[in-house]
Amino acid sequence: MTILFTLTGALFTAASLLAVYRIVRGPSILDRMIASDVLLTTLILVVGAEMVLNGHTRTIPMMLVLASTAIFATVAVARYVSKQDLSTKDDR
Amino acid sequence: MTERDTFAAARANFVQQLPLLIALVVLWMLLWGAVSWLNLITGFLLALLVTRVFYLPPVELSGRFNPIWFAAFLVRFVGELVFASFQVAFQAFDPRGVRSNAVIAVQLHTRSDFIMTLTAIALSLIPGSLVVEADRERSILYLHALNVGDSAGVDQVRSKVLAVENRLVRALGSSDDVRRTRP
Amino acid sequence: MTSDLLLDLAAVVSLLLGAFLSLAAGVGLVRFPDALSRLHAATKPQVLGLIFVVAAIALEARSWSTLLALTPVLLFQVLTAPISAHMVGRAGYRTGNFRKELMLVDELEDAVDRATRESERTAGDADSDSDSGR
Repeated sequence: MTILFTLTGALFTAASLLAVYRIVRGPSILDRMIASDVLLTTLILVVGAEMVLNGHTRTIPMMLVLASTAIFATVAVARYVSKQDLSTKDDR
Repeated sequence: MTERDTFAAARANFVQQLPLLIALVVLWMLLWGAVSWLNLITGFLLALLVTRVFYLPPVELSGRFNPIWFAAFLVRFVGELVFASFQVAFQAFDPRGVRSNAVIAVQLHTRSDFIMTLTAIALSLIPGSLVVEADRERSILYLHALNVGDSAGVDQVRSKVLAVENRLVRALGSSDDVRRTRP
Repeated sequence: MTSDLLLDLAAVVSLLLGAFLSLAAGVGLVRFPDALSRLHAATKPQVLGLIFVVAAIALEARSWSTLLALTPVLLFQVLTAPISAHMVGRAGYRTGNFRKELMLVDELEDAVDRATRESERTAGDADSDSDSGR
């Protein structure tokens, strides 16, 4: 059981660290947005994995709220980026 | 006369929105995690309110539904989802990395917005393909495909897209569309 | 007793597969060369990862009501993932956030070129018309 804890923990931690690396390094705002999306989905998965490992179902509403609101930030940024591009297209 | 016309139009509108209403009520029950009369009534009232306040243009359904082809679509879809997910996952670990991508235009056979939207959603969920742009008037989908090496790969993506469309049309499309998609 | 053990084992395997897909998304995010490729690696395998984790929760809890409570989570993710992927993909394509040398064919660019040439031609015609009219 301890091995399982460590293994899933290590996999999820590695995934989050890689996403954070891309958020810090990302050349464009879209790269950062994609990476923060991955980070958020990893968070949802971690909340779910914790339920499996500790054998309870109390944090399902948390997963639900995260899954349903994750889209807003992405859509807002993507729209903003497309609009900004259209207005500056003539300058380049 | 005009009063009866508006009444008939309102009823047609209500019938057209019924699938959406039922879906919203079911979602409401799932969110509460219980099936009860109170949930049913409050869910129905809330669904009416939501569809009035956030009005969406009614979806034009074809009225045809073939459960066997729909099941075939679902099975193939889940299979491709699992297969392609692992393919992309192993791609990430592949030491050679990504060699080349492609943006591919696919001319669909259907003339229905509904089928086109479902095809685009299904393709967006299958890893390795991504809808970048859609030409609704000419029903062309522009897909970004990951790791397409040569023109054979382009053809492969194109036939995959048309196969997904074909299954969807056979499951849900109008008989007109079925005739059009048949090769 | 043995079926309990089997279900536990299935839950553990699902959980590990979900974690593996999550890690693959992270690795793809770092290793893939441009924003559009990263989008492929990032969003979609994690949908399957979520399916695996939800399956693991349901197998561990062994109750239908838990599975029903988890359905909206999957539903929201499956419905919203294509929207966000399309929005980011379109923004990424329009801002030129991809490497030209990695693009084998770009049939959208050809179509856009054709459309702009045509609109320029009709615009030119309209201009000459208005000139002659004046």
